[in-house]
Amino acid sequence: MTSVGTGERDDAVEQLLRELAPRVLGAVARRNHDFGAAEDAVQEALIAAVAQWPAAGIPDNPRGWLYQVAMRRLADHARSESARRRREEAVAAERAADWDTASPGVDEAEGGEDDTLVLLFMCAHPALTPPSAIALTLRAVGGLTTAEIASAFLVPEATMAQRISRAKQTIKASGIPFRMPDDTERAGWLRAVLHVLYLIFNEGYASSAGDTVHRSDLSNEAIRLTRVMRGLLPDDGEVAGLLALMLLTDARRAARTGADGELVPLDEQDRSLWDQQLISEGVALVSRALSNGSIGLYQLQAAIAAIHDEAPRAEDTDWPQILAFYGLLLRMTDNPMVALSHAVATAMVNGPEAGLALIDELARDDRVAGHYRLDAVRGHLYAMAGDARKAIEHFHAAAERTASIPERDYLITKAARLSPSRDA
Amino acid sequence: MKFMLMMHAPRGTGDYQINNWTPDDFKAHIAFMQGLNRDLKSSGEFVGAEGLAPPGQARVVRAGKDGTPVTDGPFPETKEFLVGYWIVDVDRAERAYEIAARASTAPGPGGKPLNLAIEVRQVMSAPLPDA
Repeated sequence: MTSVGTGERDDAVEQLLRELAPRVLGAVARRNHDFGAAEDAVQEALIAAVAQWPAAGIPDNPRGWLYQVAMRRLADHARSESARRRREEAVAAERAADWDTASPGVDEAEGGEDDTLVLLFMCAHPALTPPSAIALTLRAVGGLTTAEIASAFLVPEATMAQRISRAKQTIKASGIPFRMPDDTERAGWLRAVLHVLYLIFNEGYASSAGDTVHRSDLSNEAIRLTRVMRGLLPDDGEVAGLLALMLLTDARRAARTGADGELVPLDEQDRSLWDQQLISEGVALVSRALSNGSIGLYQLQAAIAAIHDEAPRAEDTDWPQILAFYGLLLRMTDNPMVALSHAVATAMVNGPEAGLALIDELARDDRVAGHYRLDAVRGHLYAMAGDARKAIEHFHAAAERTASIPERDYLITKAARLSPSRDA
Repeated sequence: MKFMLMMHAPRGTGDYQINNWTPDDFKAHIAFMQGLNRDLKSSGEFVGAEGLAPPGQARVVRAGKDGTPVTDGPFPETKEFLVGYWIVDVDRAERAYEIAARASTAPGPGGKPLNLAIEVRQVMSAPLPDA
């Protein structure tokens, strides 16, 4: 690598820093316990690296370099604070001194990549609301700037900054130590992290709000972070399942909206636009996970996405197999939205009446009674059954209650197409 | 999820009821609103808020022939009008109702809550379900 251009070298530095930042932050926070101060110190270390590395070259142990600079900054800050904090200062300075003389083998000594994992666990802390957990994960693990996150969620930067800073305070106040979960906590923590990553992906993939470029960045970021997770936990079926689900869903991105940004449903999508590379990666991931005998919500959803993605035409879709997977999903979760999808699959296999009967049953569940998606699905099933009048009625009812403009437009268009044709 | 909170107020003498308030009552009202906005900012829920100019200057506009604006108004007989709005980003609808209820307690004459009507509407920015 003798003649690398400046631009390329900058890119290489940036990519390396993105990868290292959460690990360094995890390591620093683990020692310092003040998440906010740790983050500030790591930010300063990253800035120092951006300033120095492109010219001076990347150090032999870049992670150790960042860690030591961050710990020194922490010590500096502690030193400059009031006498009340002298004790902390001494501790921090001592720790920094430890690292000044530490051998280059920082990675081994500190548990290396586990730090990223601990950081992900912290950011998905149950005390946080989903919007706070999402913001903190993007900031602390993803390394997005507050301005970038604010712009993706269409809120002022100051609001996002407050949300992030409150999230950190909540974690600090909760008093939970910065460490790996024990065996009893592990499954719950992992589920929380995967849920946050899933929500980030959905914000990017499914949202109608905001600047499209920024929004799809969120999906890419969710995929990137889930890949990091997979690197850390290569044998976890659900991590693989979530990554597969994201890839298999993201594969359809280009086909999902029409020329004017309008929503194109799965059965009307131009399948030649689907990304075959993402599909084969997703299919391989989920097949391997399932063949290992592991089973979980994300793996099953990924398996269903894979069946859709592997059908050359909508009418080739293997609905009986999809129905079987939804049957398994229903045994694992009482999520009413899963029950709704199960009703759709039932209709595709056994006819619309069978699906509508299941939805009538589901409508007695308080959690979803009156939810617009029940009406949207009813609209489709009545259309399938040839009852245009009822289909229109339900499409309209759904259109009045969705909070998404593209979806409302889609539902109204569906209803309009079924209306008795006007004079040509 | 984002919500718009629209505060409606009855019309008083001239445009505003507040024309009859004592300076202290008015000050307390302003301080209340500033406090509310400050709290929404520090909770990370604030997206935007504006007060609107009084309805005495309001015009209703329609396109006339050739698309030129045809204005109507003001409407002195209007009993109630939109005084201002907030847009908040919250994690559930109930939280938006809480904020609206607090705004509704904004103090009026003698520090008594005005109990103004706040219309709460969701902003159409929800993520789509996967199709």
